[in-house]
Amino acid sequence: MSTPIETDVVIIGAGPVGLFAVFELGLYDLKCHLIDILDRPGGQCAELYPEKPIYDIPAWPEISGQALVDRLMEQIAPFKPEFHFNRMVAGFRKLDNGRFEVETDEGELLHCHAVVIAAGGGSFQPKRPPVPGIEAYEGTSVFYSVRRMEEFRGKDLLIVGGGDSALDWTLNLQPVANSVTLVHRRPDFRAAPDSVNKMFAMREEGKVNFQVGQVTGLKGEDGQLTAATVKGPDGEVDIACNRMLPFFGLTMKLGPIADWGLNQHENLIAVDTEKFETSIPGVFAIGDINWYPGKLKLILSGFHEAALMTQAVKRLAHPDQKLVFQYTTSSTSLQKKLGVQ
Amino acid sequence: MTKITLVAFDGTRFDVDAENGSTVMENAIRNSVPGIEAECGGACACATCHVYVDDAWSEKVGSPEPMEEDMLDFAYDVRPTSRLSCQIKVRSELDGLIVHVPERQA
Repeated sequence: MSTPIETDVVIIGAGPVGLFAVFELGLYDLKCHLIDILDRPGGQCAELYPEKPIYDIPAWPEISGQALVDRLMEQIAPFKPEFHFNRMVAGFRKLDNGRFEVETDEGELLHCHAVVIAAGGGSFQPKRPPVPGIEAYEGTSVFYSVRRMEEFRGKDLLIVGGGDSALDWTLNLQPVANSVTLVHRRPDFRAAPDSVNKMFAMREEGKVNFQVGQVTGLKGEDGQLTAATVKGPDGEVDIACNRMLPFFGLTMKLGPIADWGLNQHENLIAVDTEKFETSIPGVFAIGDINWYPGKLKLILSGFHEAALMTQAVKRLAHPDQKLVFQYTTSSTSLQKKLGVQ
Repeated sequence: MTKITLVAFDGTRFDVDAENGSTVMENAIRNSVPGIEAECGGACACATCHVYVDDAWSEKVGSPEPMEEDMLDFAYDVRPTSRLSCQIKVRSELDGLIVHVPERQA
């Protein structure tokens, strides 16, 4: 067991609302650790629409998803938040001293006064392609990521998709596998042109197969895949394979948080509108993940929720201290914290 | 107003008076057409508002832009007349348009 990290607040999700919570909490000297399944900050803004303009951020007539994230990172820098990327929250429990313990799927332990769930639509997870019966093969023959290339040595691989993941793994696993067939529904790819050219060159050399089509069915027994049926322009063909790697992008799921016993409302976490606290005292939910009467899934609503949540967390973390509300415009103590004094 | 028809997978027809400039997806959601999920809200960032444009209308509606074509890679059972309904803007020439909702979204 690793030594627990002691902090004030653990924020689950490093999207815009989780990031802004660092600012609000920071003004009250509350130190934050953030956990996110992605490898960088920004959540949906960075993953789904980095280049798309957003028009309803106050004082920004137009700002791109990525620019918003960059600005928020700049704004919270004085509070030195610590990020745990490529991590999912695996465990959660209340400690005897009234604090919480949060465990990541990599085994890190964090102890905190309060947990803030700012997980948006949930954590990004690989999308399962709509192939009937695929579940039966997952974990034995069907994998959504490559953890160790050695696991595919000598295998007959079917790689499905047309983005960078599909092309990169086609190129990288070719020397290891017995055979590689890439299946994509059209001859055009989203992947980097260089990778596509390399794949076609390998195909010329007879090192990889490329089949235009969509996987419509799987054949095999007891989770052991033997072939995939691919429907192409010339009808259906069966392609022999014993491992399949589908790369169909990411989708969002609530994940293990769903098992914490929090009151839910249609897969969203129910909160009050004074503190944005969940049914577990000390656990808060802000942003798209929460629900209350009149809830709107807007970034600006999440910012507001972060500010009110902070008041409650401050009282929880330091019940003995008097809470003095101050403005960043006029308070020298706040300005010191921001590094502008 | 332009009349468009969305046919759900079970064959139920939804005849809708659509405003020019609105998207077919927006009209589907407003009229609770089953099978159109539109998870991303119309940003062309998912593939859950996939429809088949009726063969008779396919040419008039036109083909997808490259970004939409990329996104269609994530849809289920993509066919030659597949489109993402959030990327089809209603206009007067499309009066009478028929689109079919697939068996499921990805």
